[in-house]
Amino acid sequence: MKYMLLMQFSAAGTDFPSIDTWTPQEVQAHIAFMGEVNSKLTAAGEWVDGQGLGGPAQARIVRAGEGGAPVVTEGPFAETKEFLAGFWIVDLDSPQRAVELAAYISTAPGPGGRPLNMPIEVHPVMSAPAQEL
Amino acid sequence: MEDLLRELAPQVLGVLARRFGDFATAEDAVQEALLAAATQWPTEGVPANPRGWLIQVGYRRMIELVRGEQARRRREDLVARRDPDDRQYAPAADEELTGERDDTLVLLMLCCHPALAPTSAVALTLRAVGGLSTAEIARAFLVPEATMAQRISRAKQRIRASGLSFRMPEPAERADRLTAVRQVLYLVFTEGHTSTTGPDLRRIDLAAEAIRLTRALHALLPDDSESAGLLALMLLTEARGPARSGPSGELISLADQDRSRWDAAAIAEGVALVTRALPRGPTGPYQVQAAIAALHDEAPSTQQTDWPQILALYQVLERLVGSPVVALNRAVATAMVYGPAAGLTALDALADDARLAGHHRLPAARAHLHEMAGDREQAIRDYRAAAARTSSLPEQRYLTMRAARLAAEPAPIAAEPNPEA
Repeated sequence: MKYMLLMQFSAAGTDFPSIDTWTPQEVQAHIAFMGEVNSKLTAAGEWVDGQGLGGPAQARIVRAGEGGAPVVTEGPFAETKEFLAGFWIVDLDSPQRAVELAAYISTAPGPGGRPLNMPIEVHPVMSAPAQEL
Repeated sequence: MEDLLRELAPQVLGVLARRFGDFATAEDAVQEALLAAATQWPTEGVPANPRGWLIQVGYRRMIELVRGEQARRRREDLVARRDPDDRQYAPAADEELTGERDDTLVLLMLCCHPALAPTSAVALTLRAVGGLSTAEIARAFLVPEATMAQRISRAKQRIRASGLSFRMPEPAERADRLTAVRQVLYLVFTEGHTSTTGPDLRRIDLAAEAIRLTRALHALLPDDSESAGLLALMLLTEARGPARSGPSGELISLADQDRSRWDAAAIAEGVALVTRALPRGPTGPYQVQAAIAALHDEAPSTQQTDWPQILALYQVLERLVGSPVVALNRAVATAMVYGPAAGLTALDALADDARLAGHHRLPAARAHLHEMAGDREQAIRDYRAAAARTSSLPEQRYLTMRAARLAAEPAPIAAEPNPEA
C-alpha cells in the first residue's frame, strides 16, 4: 500500500530558529540525513517519489477568478509558522511501517545536531482494488 | 515471441539453478539470455530449439559470472559440492520431463519463501516464474523501476542468505510452502483488480498473469484440491470483471450487475473445477470461497441466489479461517436468508472485535442492511462513515453515491394517497 508522508516545518511548538540561521555544517547534516533517507528507502524497495519543496517565499495560492482566469496570492506568507517542506510517496508493507518511517524522518537533525522532531503527516494513498460488495 | 520467452524463462532458470545450485546467479544469467533472445531473434529468426538456445546462452553467461568472481577456485569447488546428488550420475533417458516439472514447482516454492515480505515474493515470482521484466513488474505496481529492481535483488539476497539450495523442500515443509505459493498467487490476482490506464503499449494484466501461473500450478499438481480451488476462485471472480465497473471505473454492486456480461466460459470452467475438487478433500478456504462464488455466478439474479447454501458455506469458511471479515460476510448472508434484523444482530456481535475497529467493511455492511430494512437515516449515516474509512477510491465513490442517492430520495409519505395509483 502506498503512503504520502508530508514534512511540515513547524516553528511553533519548537525552539528551533529558521533554517537560514543554521550554520553550514548544521544545514549540511540535515541535507545529508534526507539524502540518506532516500537511499535507504530506494534500497529497501519502498521509494516511489520524494521531493523537497520551495519555501513559503516561493509558494503561491491560486484560485480561479472570473471566467476561470487565475487569481494568484503570494502565500503561504513568510511569517507563516508552519509550512509544507517536502513529501515522500512510499510503497510499504504495513501501516506500522509508515508510522515507523515517519518517526525516523522526524529525527532529522537541526541546530547542534539535535533532532527537530518536526511533525510528519501520514496519509494513505487511495488505491483501487475493486472488492466485492 | 514474448509469450514464448515467458513460457521458457522458468524452465531455463530451473535447469541452470539446478545445475549450479545458485538461484541468484542463475536468475541474472537467465535475464541476460532473455535479453539476448529479444534482440537477436527478431532479426535472425527464432532458433529451431529455442529452449536449448536459451539454456546454452544462459549456461555460458553463468560460467562467466561464476568465473568472473575473485575467488574462482573456491567458487568452483562450491559449485561442485552444490551439485545435486541426482546430477552426480547420468540421468535416465526419460528423466527430463519430470525434471522440468519439479523445477517450476521448486522455483515457485523458492520465490514464495516465508522469509520474504509478501511484496518481494510477488515481485520475484513474477520475474522468475512469470518471466516478466523488472520494468514490466514496476509498471504493474506503479513504482519506479529502480525501486522494483532493489526489491527483487533484496529478495534474491535473502534467499542466498537463507542458505537454501535449489531443491524441493522436505516433505514435512512442503504443505506450508504450497500455502505460501497460493497466498502469493492470490495476492497477484487481487492486486490485478487495480485498474490503471496508461500510455503503455503492453499493460501487464496481473489478474490474467495470476490465472496463468495458477493454471501452471494446477497442471503440476492436478490432485491438489486447494490449488484447483484457488484457480476456480480466480476464474469465478474474474468472470464478473466486465460487469463489475461502469464507464468511469465506478463500482457496481453484485445486485446491480448486468449478468449477461459475465464470462460464461470462465464460469463453466470454474464451476467444473470446484465441483471436481470439493469432494476430494481436504477442503480448504479457497475451495469454499470458490463454491460461494460459483453459487453467485450461477444465479440469474440476487433474489434467485441460493442464499441458504451460501450461508452454510460461510459457516464452514468461518470454522476454517475464523477471520472477522468472513464473519461479516456470514452476517450479510444471514440477512439475505432471515431478513435484515437477523443480519444486524449478527453484525452487533462483531462491533467489539478489535480486528474490525476502524475498518470500513463493518459500517458498509450495516448501511446495506439498514437500507434493506428501510431505515434510511441510519443507512445514510453508516454509508458516510464507511466512505470516510475506506482507502479504495472506487469503493469510497460507491459508498458516497449510495448515501447521496438515499439522501436525495423524497421521504416516503405513507399517509398521503398516491394520485397515480
